[in-house]
Amino acid sequence: MAEKIKDLNIVICGVGGQGTLLASRILGHMALSLGHDVKVSEVHGMSQRGGSVITYVRMGEKVYSPMIEQKGADYVLAFEELEALRDLPYLKDGGTLVVNTQHILPLPVIIGAAKYPENILETLRARADVVALDALPMAEAAGNARAVNVVLLGALARRLHFDKALWLDALRACVPARFLESNLLAFESGYNA
Amino acid sequence: MKKLMLGNEAVARGAYEAGVRVAVAYPGTPSTEITENMAKFSKEEVYCEWAPNEKVALEVAIGASMGGARALCCMKHVGVNVAADPLFTAAYTGVRGGLVVVAADDPGMHSSQNEQDSRFYARSAHIPMLEPADSAECREFTRRAFEISEKYDTPVFLRLVTRIAHARSLVEEGEREETALPPYEKDARKFVMMPGYAKGRHVAVEAREKRLEAEIDSLGLNRVEMADTKIGVVCSGSAYQYVKEALPNASVLKLGMVYPLPEALIRDFAGKVEQLLVVEELEPYFEDAIKAMGIPCSGKDKTGLQGELFVRKVGRLFGGEEDAGPMETPEVPQRPPVLCPGCPHRAVFYVLKKMNLTVAADIGCYTLGAMPPLNAVDSVVCMGASIGMALGLEKARGRDFAKHTVAVIGDSTFVHSGITGLVDVVYNQGNSTVIIVDNSTTGMTGHQPNPTTGQNVRGEIAPQLDVVKLCQAIGVPSVRVVDPFDMKLFEQVLREECGKDGPSVVIARRPCALLIKKKGEPCTIDAEVCRRCGMCLRIGCPALVKAGDGSVSIDASLCTGCGLCKEMCNFGAIKGGER
Repeated sequence: MAEKIKDLNIVICGVGGQGTLLASRILGHMALSLGHDVKVSEVHGMSQRGGSVITYVRMGEKVYSPMIEQKGADYVLAFEELEALRDLPYLKDGGTLVVNTQHILPLPVIIGAAKYPENILETLRARADVVALDALPMAEAAGNARAVNVVLLGALARRLHFDKALWLDALRACVPARFLESNLLAFESGYNA
Repeated sequence: MKKLMLGNEAVARGAYEAGVRVAVAYPGTPSTEITENMAKFSKEEVYCEWAPNEKVALEVAIGASMGGARALCCMKHVGVNVAADPLFTAAYTGVRGGLVVVAADDPGMHSSQNEQDSRFYARSAHIPMLEPADSAECREFTRRAFEISEKYDTPVFLRLVTRIAHARSLVEEGEREETALPPYEKDARKFVMMPGYAKGRHVAVEAREKRLEAEIDSLGLNRVEMADTKIGVVCSGSAYQYVKEALPNASVLKLGMVYPLPEALIRDFAGKVEQLLVVEELEPYFEDAIKAMGIPCSGKDKTGLQGELFVRKVGRLFGGEEDAGPMETPEVPQRPPVLCPGCPHRAVFYVLKKMNLTVAADIGCYTLGAMPPLNAVDSVVCMGASIGMALGLEKARGRDFAKHTVAVIGDSTFVHSGITGLVDVVYNQGNSTVIIVDNSTTGMTGHQPNPTTGQNVRGEIAPQLDVVKLCQAIGVPSVRVVDPFDMKLFEQVLREECGKDGPSVVIARRPCALLIKKKGEPCTIDAEVCRRCGMCLRIGCPALVKAGDGSVSIDASLCTGCGLCKEMCNFGAIKGGER
């Protein structure tokens, strides 16, 4: 049994369709196997259509609110750089940001009504402990371009110090069988990055 | 073994355990997953269906209850408006098998057109209402709701909000309770609501409510958590969670039953604390009722009527916490939801904008046609409103105005409540042109089948409503089917139909891009040929990317090869794609 933790709040953010829901489900399963109370707050409906999405995962002795608020997250897991910048205010002082350096341009940028910010990583690094990965090629190398979410979970897992076997169990429980092999590879590549 | 369950999944679990035999709904965020989860139980145990709208759904559930079966009917808050007609009278008839109606409110409007508070329906229809605060209570309260329904011979509401319906927390499952179907008995005085009998039932409604009020504490749904007596807080559902975290020392009266209210318990609790606060989202529903009991309290003056509460807000308003102010969001470009790459609606709205038409639109993914760069929509009010509003615009502004006005409505929304609007157009001799954007699914809520798709809730083959024949039968003289991706033809058809006297229906038919599993060959842009005119960007496709120098490229990972951009290009710079 891994060590008990007091409270752990993780914000997962990205672009609708990137698989934030699966990532939060795997984290929720982890919390369950650790014997913690847990709440996961999800986004369904309109914002899933390519908009910004955010999911909260909270675990600990007793969790009341399903939401994480400003400076409330121990970790922010960002599936896209601009979303990392947008949701940085969720990160606690001293918290860690795990970010995929991929850029997905929002429509206002595509049509030229806004500019994608430059040097986001530098801005992030000036304000937080940042773990940056180029997760899309890593997922592709693992044989599944959609496994970006699990690459990032692997990188998070490395920093959370829970028993690695529990992560693998959670993956097996949450990922459909035909995608399991590529997701296990994606997890390893994130874990070892 | 505890399971991590979505609130909606836990409601379905509770209903299953309560022995529900019939589960009916029309999809609506944040309630949809309840019925999707009901459909995962076996057909032998649970009959499940998507109904054309919430009114029909509730009527099916009322019939099932009258037939002795426990029945569940789920809807979003605005769906209750649609179902309100049978609802208010079902309160009179009462039930045989337990009848539970789930109303899922959406404070903050994550995916809704208003923030109405369903608790007032409970009060005005005299229907008891329970409100769970986490997934475990979603399961438990659903079970209890069926008991209460049968014990007091009344439909019972279960009220959810988005943060309960769409949050996962731990649930301990139980066994299904098998209930025997009683023999059917005719009872006109109970179920035929003509004035003579309804008067008798109104007496029964008042009597059962008095009985419920007298026995309310024995139900054990309301809970007092005494702590420091300086502040006592009355709250329910999601607000309870925020209060417990923000004000850990406060005494709390957690209401699990939000109608009727436990007056004696509230009075007793108020007497034990120095200051009584009410913390609730949306309307001052508890607060007004408690003040009407003559008990001083406050809260709404601080929480306001709009949006969601959260822990810091409650702490700031009532806990004397330092005001951290609103979350400082860095100045970054917004990322609004968009029509997906390959979406057939994109072509429809591009043509409508190009033709500079007045567009009365409706509820669904195609509401996004209102967003830049398409900006093609003039109005969205409620399910089905587009057709009636187009007729109203014509009647107000005359025949010529109708020549450049269209209604835009989806296939599922048309069946939900557009058909009667179309009947009105024909009957009252309007000239409206109605575009039915038929993408063969109920898209925004997550691809539920509907009567036009030929599938039922379990994915089985079902009779398919023929929309063309339906419109013809209504008396629409001109009904045409067009592929909106053939933009030139689509535009030509619209010009013809808008110019004609009499009503027309144009069915813009092409399946939702997300239904097509195999993605097409992506398009590419030949940089040598591209003149950087930006014409292709006018369709607002997320796969087209403009660089700083004005050149455009196509993101192959997003492009579905629909070829719409190819049609936009006047120089033949875009190659590839499926068409």
